[in-house]
Amino acid sequence: MNPGERTVDRYLTGSELDGFRLGEHIHTGAMGEIFRVTGRDTGFPMIMKLPRSGRGASQEGLLGFETESLVLPALTGPHVPRFVAAGSLARTPYLVTEWVEGESLEQLLKRSPLPPVEAARLGAALADAVHSLHLQDVIHLDLKPDNAIVKPDGRLALIDFGLAYHAHFPDLLAEERRFTAGSAPYISPEQVLGTRADPRSDIFALGVVLYEMATGELPFGVPSTLGGLRDRLWRDPVPPRVRETAVPPWLQEVILRCLEPNAEDRYQSAAHVAFDLRNPDQVVLTDRSSRFNESGLMEQVQRWWRARGMHSLPRRLPRSQVAAAPIIMVAVDTTHPDDQRQPALQRATAQMLSLSGEFRLICVSVIRGARVAEGAGVSEAASEEHREHIVRLLHWVEPLRLPPRRLSLHVLESASPEQALLEFARSNHVDLIVLGAPSPEQVRLAWWRSVASGVTANARCSVYVVRIPEPGDT
Amino acid sequence: MIIALLSDIHGNLEALQACLKHATESRAGRYAFLGDLVGYGADPQKVVDIVARYASEGAVIVRGNHDEALARTPRYMNDSVRAVINWTREKLSKDAKDFLASLPLCVREDEMCFVHASAASPERWDYIDSPSAARRSIDAAQATYTFCGHVHDQTLYFLAAGGKASVFSPLQGKEIPVGRHRRWLAIVGSVGQPRDNNPAAAYTQFDTAHERITFYRVPYDHLAAAEKIRDAGLPLSIAHRVEKGI
Repeated sequence: MNPGERTVDRYLTGSELDGFRLGEHIHTGAMGEIFRVTGRDTGFPMIMKLPRSGRGASQEGLLGFETESLVLPALTGPHVPRFVAAGSLARTPYLVTEWVEGESLEQLLKRSPLPPVEAARLGAALADAVHSLHLQDVIHLDLKPDNAIVKPDGRLALIDFGLAYHAHFPDLLAEERRFTAGSAPYISPEQVLGTRADPRSDIFALGVVLYEMATGELPFGVPSTLGGLRDRLWRDPVPPRVRETAVPPWLQEVILRCLEPNAEDRYQSAAHVAFDLRNPDQVVLTDRSSRFNESGLMEQVQRWWRARGMHSLPRRLPRSQVAAAPIIMVAVDTTHPDDQRQPALQRATAQMLSLSGEFRLICVSVIRGARVAEGAGVSEAASEEHREHIVRLLHWVEPLRLPPRRLSLHVLESASPEQALLEFARSNHVDLIVLGAPSPEQVRLAWWRSVASGVTANARCSVYVVRIPEPGDT
Repeated sequence: MIIALLSDIHGNLEALQACLKHATESRAGRYAFLGDLVGYGADPQKVVDIVARYASEGAVIVRGNHDEALARTPRYMNDSVRAVINWTREKLSKDAKDFLASLPLCVREDEMCFVHASAASPERWDYIDSPSAARRSIDAAQATYTFCGHVHDQTLYFLAAGGKASVFSPLQGKEIPVGRHRRWLAIVGSVGQPRDNNPAAAYTQFDTAHERITFYRVPYDHLAAAEKIRDAGLPLSIAHRVEKGI
């Protein structure tokens, strides 16, 4: 018997632990063993993780197990396996969670390079999952295709929280520098330097996964030395389009922005990544998108020089960091561009934007979408109307003088403005909806009244309803 | 069971009452007072009366350096603190002084150790102001959980593999799992004189069954407490500290 297999030796398929019956042994990893289990009526399949103990157990594996036992029970939502039970770490350590059905990104990557549309779809689903963690003050720190399961509903669940950071709990790994800080191909530059409290580290890893999906290759290879790892502090990856000509400029822009060595230059929130991947026509292209070479030697040397002095940033909660990069959506009624309430809505929007630095403003207009009919003539007329409303949106937002990268314009066609706004806000991680209250005349119109109140009642985020007081109103 | 851990009340009646109310509402089943019942605040007698009543009902109480100073003012205390100690000595009944003098320096109970300063040498009033100081206290406490005060900022230390202590600044009101497989030292915060620019009273709860610790901040009428300090003719700097939480 291998001395490292004591756990397996102790717990065999068919044995029982705290009312759970061990089924098939499905994995032997650095942390320990994984079995399928039954014994509790949860309505979903379950697995039990058992740490390796005794001789042959690695300190790193135990700490990873302890970290996961700490973080996972505190997480909720569709992007993580549901927690079922945990044994006392002092007596019988184990962790029972949902077995997430689906295919791992690793399996999907066997077909890589994936078509850009497919890479963007999966990347957006991964960004959704990452954003959900960050909003819970958790940073995964070990994102890789192995740890991402695509569920049958298309959503993506993250597994393996052995390296994760939860801002509410003591960080057991903070001072364990002797252990690996993540998986070499995916780890961010700041993780290489020992920082564990920056959510933008996950955005870097997200960029590596996107790169891999789009090109079939890893941007920094698989370095095996610390020196090799440190290269990413200053070296550019080969631009994705050089490796795979099918990668469009907008996707290269998104990937390279995620992979910026300096976290300040990356996306500041995974929600922004998801937004860009879902709205390619709204990605503002910079020189990143057209790069066909790595930066010149001198620039890389300068970056290397700066990287020597890189150090950890002061601690802020992941959620507050992400909140500093809000997605703000303003609903503009482009059907009534001269409405007296438009300036008030503009002022309110400008006021909200002045409170946050790294915002993204989404201007949305909902027009009556009666034309769902087929036929080229109809769709041309529709796109003509669409363009007209985009122009009006642009005109509306122009006085705010926003740089293009902060701005995104959308005309939605729907018979129900309320539903269209709510759905758009939800699927794009909108943090704040700004919209006008109905005017006195409109209060009479039932559907208009329902937009402001319906959005306010049913939105999952904050809503700012802008109202102009009636003259003489007290 | 939930144990409410209160330290460094420093004669602040309003802050104590707010924390006790908060603890009662969260169904605390036991109380531990980790020293420095008096000093700085204007209500030493009322505070001692309340704590003595809890003691008679089985609460854990240990002695702090300010409680001890009533018997003999130590040389390290500055002028304004001396002024308060002298004033407190006059205001306290003999029973109250006897009660404070009778308190133990350290109480060990099952897997827990309660002490005002460091369990390594409680009588020296060493501050737990570094991981190494925390480790010395944890080692001497011979307990899974060590609870102390003296330092006024809420802090959680834990022993990592290899015996090194690590430090964590807790967020208020967030439950932290503190499993028995590790050893922990919690500085529970000051009820009566917080010093982190937040005037709200600080105390901590330990849930023994679920192995969880939660650090709380409880707002109270700190302006009234500061006003009383001024009215008592005590040094203005002390009233100012209570007012601003500094």
